[in-house]
Amino acid sequence: MEKLTNRSRVVSDKKMTFLEKIYLPAIVKGMIITLKHFFSKKATINYPEQKREFSKVYRGQHVLKRDDLGRERCTACGLCAVACPAEAITMIAAERKPGEENLYREEKYAAVYEINMLRCIYCGDCEDACPKEAIFLTDRIVASQYHREPFVYGKDILVEPLDPEKRIDVSARQTESVRNFKLNKRFAHNK
Amino acid sequence: MDWTILIYKTIFLFIILLVTLLVAMYSTYGERKVAAFMQDRRGPNRAGPFGLLQPLADGVKMFMKEEIIPLSANRALFILGPSIAMTTALLTGVVIPWGGIITIGGREFSLQIADLNIGILYVFAMVSIGVYGIMIGGWASNNKYALYGAIRAASQMISYELAMGMSIVALVITTGSLSLHEIVAQQHGMNWNIFYQPLGFLIFLTCAFAETNRAPFDLPECETELVGGYHTEYSSMKLGFYLFAEYINMFISSAVIATLYFGGYNMPFIDQLGLSQNAVTLLGTMFFFMKILGMIFLFMWIRWTLPRFRYDQLMNLGWKGLIPLAIFNILATGIFYYFTELS
Ligand code: SF4
Ligand code: SF4
Repeated sequence: MEKLTNRSRVVSDKKMTFLEKIYLPAIVKGMIITLKHFFSKKATINYPEQKREFSKVYRGQHVLKRDDLGRERCTACGLCAVACPAEAITMIAAERKPGEENLYREEKYAAVYEINMLRCIYCGDCEDACPKEAIFLTDRIVASQYHREPFVYGKDILVEPLDPEKRIDVSARQTESVRNFKLNKRFAHNK
Repeated sequence: MDWTILIYKTIFLFIILLVTLLVAMYSTYGERKVAAFMQDRRGPNRAGPFGLLQPLADGVKMFMKEEIIPLSANRALFILGPSIAMTTALLTGVVIPWGGIITIGGREFSLQIADLNIGILYVFAMVSIGVYGIMIGGWASNNKYALYGAIRAASQMISYELAMGMSIVALVITTGSLSLHEIVAQQHGMNWNIFYQPLGFLIFLTCAFAETNRAPFDLPECETELVGGYHTEYSSMKLGFYLFAEYINMFISSAVIATLYFGGYNMPFIDQLGLSQNAVTLLGTMFFFMKILGMIFLFMWIRWTLPRFRYDQLMNLGWKGLIPLAIFNILATGIFYYFTELS
């Protein structure tokens, strides 16, 4: 049979030689190994002061985007919720009233939009499914909490701030090829 | 008895007690750091600079924990156990010569609390009583895991004390004295006993690991099999006493090993420096503590390198390995000295 790794050893219970029996050479060998690790570079980083570099397309906490005029892009179509394998997304749709055109881009909008961050597996399917380019995953980490309730993020956390300075940058994930893919009529979501 | 001596001894006693506690406290910190470094981690570094306040935080935590005495436990013995463990651990420091002679105002003071002429035997006596702390605690808990731990501790200590005692016999043949002060004095300069008794040293070291219940011989508290071993039922500061006693024991055995085999407070080439008596003594004490810290590091290094022995391996090593070796060592030393003395 072919070996799966090159680390496999044939086990045998042959009698130990004298050197093996007095343990000392093996002990010294082990001690040298641990001493090497004593001085080697540490795998741990000092977390809050020092952060690991994320990939540019890291999939962390979601953001609900606004368009350039500051209107919410989401139209509460529910495609993200359908696409979500973890069933983490729930929403309640509402109709846009006259006079609210500066708030919502489409005639229908999400009055409530919640993602349960404990259920979410950060797969990014919601982002792929969205026809309005409203939802994106970002490289932000979901903060830890003592209880379960605060992990259900509502629109207050998810929707990005109005202030153009404080908008969340998703250019790494919202590339031209992503846009083309979404607009392509070959795919089911655009038919 | 003259009053100055009495006052001096009392003060010195307190200093030694404090130093012992301090070293034991920071051994816990050192242990965690060494463990972390050997596993490519960083260890405690949040409490104070470099995590130096961690032992204090641990102590406070221990005190704040709820104190539980199981209903079925024997109350008196349950409390007696950790007390014995702690007391005997602290008592041993009395006979260790921490340094040479210091002169204050024309009077000479020795940096040793009691120069017993049977110092080594005293150390052994204390170590043997120490096992009662573990045994009584484990037995009084009325818990099968604790009892197992206690039985293991007792049999392990008895087995390894034999070999330990015999390795000392060989040492006593070479030095011709049982007084620790005398033994250190004989190892002046680089004349350390380890060069005369390498085999004896190895046996003694192995037994010291077993006597202090340190890995790879930590079967009495083997958490994978026995939950917590003899201190399964203990909580709060009583548990703290047991754990702390282990670190004190480690410190004291390091001191004993440094005294017996590494020349105690002797420094090589100290005579050539031409320093005053007091400076030599202080330097010697510092050097002694460096040796002790080195030994403590060795204890930790071994702990984080070797896996735990199986119980039959432990007994095999003790009875079939170390004791014959120790007897052989006595014989070889005896024959050697018989013939060299004759010629
Ligand atoms: S990232 Fe995946 S699991 Fe999370 S909400 Fe989006 S679709 Fe659901
Ligand atoms: S798929 Fe997009 S537009 Fe539709 S509900 Fe989800 S986020 Fe809103």
